[in-house]
Amino acid sequence: MDFTDDQLMRYSRHIILPEVGGKGQAKIAKAKVFIIGAGGLGCPVGYYLTAAGVGTIALIDNDTVEMSNLQRQIAHSVQTIGMPKVESAKKTFEALNPDVNVVAIQKRISKDNIIDLIRDYDIVVDGSDNFPTRYLVNDACFMARKPLVTGAILRFEGQVTTILPGDGPCYRCLFEEPPPPGLVPSCQEAGVLGVLPGVIGGLQATEVLKLILGKGDVLKGELLMYNALKTTFRKVRVPKNPSCPLCGAKPSITELIDYNEGYCAM
Amino acid sequence: MEQTIPDKKINIKGLVCPYTFVKAKLAIESMEVGQILEILLDYEEASRSIPKSMEDHGQKVLKVEKVSDTDWVLQIRKDKD
Ligand SMILES: [Zn+2]
Repeated sequence: MDFTDDQLMRYSRHIILPEVGGKGQAKIAKAKVFIIGAGGLGCPVGYYLTAAGVGTIALIDNDTVEMSNLQRQIAHSVQTIGMPKVESAKKTFEALNPDVNVVAIQKRISKDNIIDLIRDYDIVVDGSDNFPTRYLVNDACFMARKPLVTGAILRFEGQVTTILPGDGPCYRCLFEEPPPPGLVPSCQEAGVLGVLPGVIGGLQATEVLKLILGKGDVLKGELLMYNALKTTFRKVRVPKNPSCPLCGAKPSITELIDYNEGYCAM
Repeated sequence: MEQTIPDKKINIKGLVCPYTFVKAKLAIESMEVGQILEILLDYEEASRSIPKSMEDHGQKVLKVEKVSDTDWVLQIRKDKD
């Protein structure tokens, strides 16, 4: 790829890295990443991937920006309160880097649209805030054979893992079914330290870039857990479950499921 | 002195770090292993930093020569893809 002078300057710190170079930067420019949620996690993931020069970034979210989002959702501002979150984030990302094609999708993701939506993308990032979506995205990525970088945050703790199609465990190998509604509190009920999604989203964006570049080791078969109060990172090995209902030898889940609403959306 | 004919020449006069190395690195990337890149530059610091960075990246520095009051010529052989 031929870089313009502006691009040479913008991406110079990437190009001089042996692991990236001009060829790696060209891979980043060709990559298409689909981000679920334009909230706490989706904002930093999209922001850093925009800065990195990812060619196409799609964002899906059905919500509008509220004042209570601004404590952690860094792509939004007082100027965009009331605006769809995906439009607010698109505006912010385009101001940062006009090279990037930001596709804003103001919809609720469901079993009826997810496969079509992610079809043309290379990597899916889950920044959703609820269990029904997390399981739907896991199942859809398994079925559509898309690499998935999933993150979760609550109070002072966050988790990240990377799920590769046909290689290692899926999210259901870890937790077969979503917990019943009400058992696990949402961020709205329990609170979240505003900077926490920045840490977890930054880790997710890093996983995405390594997948694009084909460099380093991703969190395959591992769950990385961060505790912001204690300042600890813990990596837990997650084996593939041979009797996983989705990716096991005799799967019982062969089509997508929309779990009951009743979960609180943040 | 032995003369080596370069396979590619770039002129990066007027550029400063890090763009000197960015241009040199992109040029090396576009070449085949074994080929030689010749770089003409006038930013003194780059006459030291480019050879060092190229060696860090596994390339072979064949020549660093001050050719005038302001200019340097470097020759780098691509050893690593
Ligand atoms: Zn599984």
